[in-house]
Amino acid sequence: MDPKTYKFDTLSLHAGYQPSKNAGSRQIPIYQTTSYMFDDVDHAAALFNLERGGHIYSRMSNPTVQVLEERVCALEGGTAALATASGMSAIFLTIMTLCNAGDHMVVSSQLYGGTVNLFRLTLPKFGIKTTFVKPRDTEGFKKAIQPNTKGIFGELVGNPGNELMNMPEVSKIAKEAGIPLIIDSTYQTPYLCRPFEHGADLVVHSLTKWMSGNGSSMAGILVEGGTFDWMQNDKFPSMTEPYEGYHGLSFAEEFGPTAFTMMARAEGMRDMGPCLAPQNAWNILHGIETLSLRMEKHCSNALKMVEYLSNHESVAWVSHASAPGHPDKELAEKILPKGTGSMIAFGIKGGKEAGAAFINNVKLASHLANVGDARTLVIHPASATHSQMDEATLKFAGLSHDMIRLSVGLEDFEDIVNDFEDGFRAAKKPRLVANK
Amino acid sequence: MKFKVRGIETFASTGGRPFDKNKPLIVFVHGSGLSHMVWVLQTRYFAFRGYSVLAVDLPGHGLSSGKSLKTIEEMGNWIGDVIEAVGCKQASLVGHSQGCLVTMECVAQHPEKIKTLTLMGGASAIPMNPELLSLAEKSNPKAVDLMMDFAHGPAGHFGGHPVPGLYHLNVGSMIVQNKEIKDTLGVDFRACDNYKNGPEIAKKLDLPTISILGAQDKMCRLKDGKKLADMIKGSEVHIIENCGHMMLLEEADQTLEILKKFILKNDPIK
Repeated sequence: MDPKTYKFDTLSLHAGYQPSKNAGSRQIPIYQTTSYMFDDVDHAAALFNLERGGHIYSRMSNPTVQVLEERVCALEGGTAALATASGMSAIFLTIMTLCNAGDHMVVSSQLYGGTVNLFRLTLPKFGIKTTFVKPRDTEGFKKAIQPNTKGIFGELVGNPGNELMNMPEVSKIAKEAGIPLIIDSTYQTPYLCRPFEHGADLVVHSLTKWMSGNGSSMAGILVEGGTFDWMQNDKFPSMTEPYEGYHGLSFAEEFGPTAFTMMARAEGMRDMGPCLAPQNAWNILHGIETLSLRMEKHCSNALKMVEYLSNHESVAWVSHASAPGHPDKELAEKILPKGTGSMIAFGIKGGKEAGAAFINNVKLASHLANVGDARTLVIHPASATHSQMDEATLKFAGLSHDMIRLSVGLEDFEDIVNDFEDGFRAAKKPRLVANK
Repeated sequence: MKFKVRGIETFASTGGRPFDKNKPLIVFVHGSGLSHMVWVLQTRYFAFRGYSVLAVDLPGHGLSSGKSLKTIEEMGNWIGDVIEAVGCKQASLVGHSQGCLVTMECVAQHPEKIKTLTLMGGASAIPMNPELLSLAEKSNPKAVDLMMDFAHGPAGHFGGHPVPGLYHLNVGSMIVQNKEIKDTLGVDFRACDNYKNGPEIAKKLDLPTISILGAQDKMCRLKDGKKLADMIKGSEVHIIENCGHMMLLEEADQTLEILKKFILKNDPIK
């Protein structure tokens, strides 16, 4: 006897939506509205006081956005989700729900540059400090924990160096310390990895990337695993003690496995308001419908690219967890059995100038500050996404000046190779063609 | 709030309001392996409208200490003790699934303490599938997956939780997995399987009673819910269409509306 609950591909198409409650519309309607009618005064009061479910104002929730939230939640195996205007706002909302002034976070050093800046420069303005730890330094995460530490945060596969964080082991460290492990799983999507199955407690995504795949819309999401016991210690009073904003409600007591998301919505969306536009939610939902198909092709094209780059005379080094000799290959095979994603970092011989020439001379690959598009994307992180870091921070984050970040798309592999050959040819004579 | 019942620390949600023994009391009793958290879309409403509410965690469940009680008879008697422990003389009872057997048993043992009875997704007997029972008693997580499958109607399997962002199947699953499966779900399933007093007690019930049933309930089928209601003198019956066993969440608004009318009529605030 086996459960007949829907599986991954079916959930990608159907989770969170019932046509019978939407005029029979097979496609998800876009509820382009700010607000929702109350039946009467009693109904309004009940909604405002979290006595019943429903929508009040689209800053807090919206029916189209709700479908996206439930769909991602179902795919991740979570209990609750909260969509936001971008991946960065999902991270900010998560940390602001978790921490108070005077608190501390332990964070992997290999992150998207914007996330590094959030932890390094912006959160200290709110009294939240961070200790950065290199992603492979598992013991370092343990050593960095202080009495006021409220969580461990990291990208499973670090951007842009492709170093893996040992999520199962770091999860044990977090559990011993009674703090949650938060994973930014943007690179993986739930198709490649479901972090809750490896010990994560909260997951964040930039949905702008592979989940969408179409490069049309910004979106982010926070997903809760329902795994963390907020009442196990006294570290999280805003979750466990009566909250003045809702007549003394204790979120942990009342909502248990969905407490964090309920708090993030009730307080964070109410007071900060980084809500997702329903049109954007709809665009992302379209992408998710084909997530499995796209991720398979992303990964197969990436494997071919790793082989091609590894054997290329103009390439000094290649970093992808599938590559022979990659220090995290064994770990990747364990927690990413379907593939290690389509992000590749490689060093071009000739350093920064050669890199610039390469990027200026590829035509098919797009030079831009995004990843996870259906199209192949390239960028030189040291001069773009991570350009606001000083030399020391760049080095600590594992970046070098010869590094090119490649997000492998869904084009025919031969076409990508032909394009790259043009780039490498130009890179051999950078002074002549760098600004062509 | 936490309080002692038979010397053991017991937790009950009061719906977000301080408990007041002078207000009419409604006690909510959860189903197998679950906890007070399933009632959040009913309890807060009553708590903010003049009632005292206790959504109890049975011993060993949720935030309550102690070990799970092994028989429905013991659980029914324990609910009677809860009413006394908080200093009340009477209460309206609301049960879901196994909670229906428990509340009926409580009425049988403590008729003087109970004003009204609401049975959600109930039946006079809940025999367990032997394989499911065995999995639960071995703490196999597959038992929880099967329970979530059976407990939600076709619509619930797609989602559409009344609270934006929540996903039905995984919320229920995590509430159950909050504890060792064999110690809560396993014990509860065995208690349900062993319980045979339902029909006899149902025929003797003589208090305002309502049955709220899901048209597509696979745990306690509609026909069994109707059969139970037919056994109870004067019982009201409400059937919620396109809904499975978890009507208190799958169709929380409809469930609340039905419950509101019943409680306000039969146990009004004086």
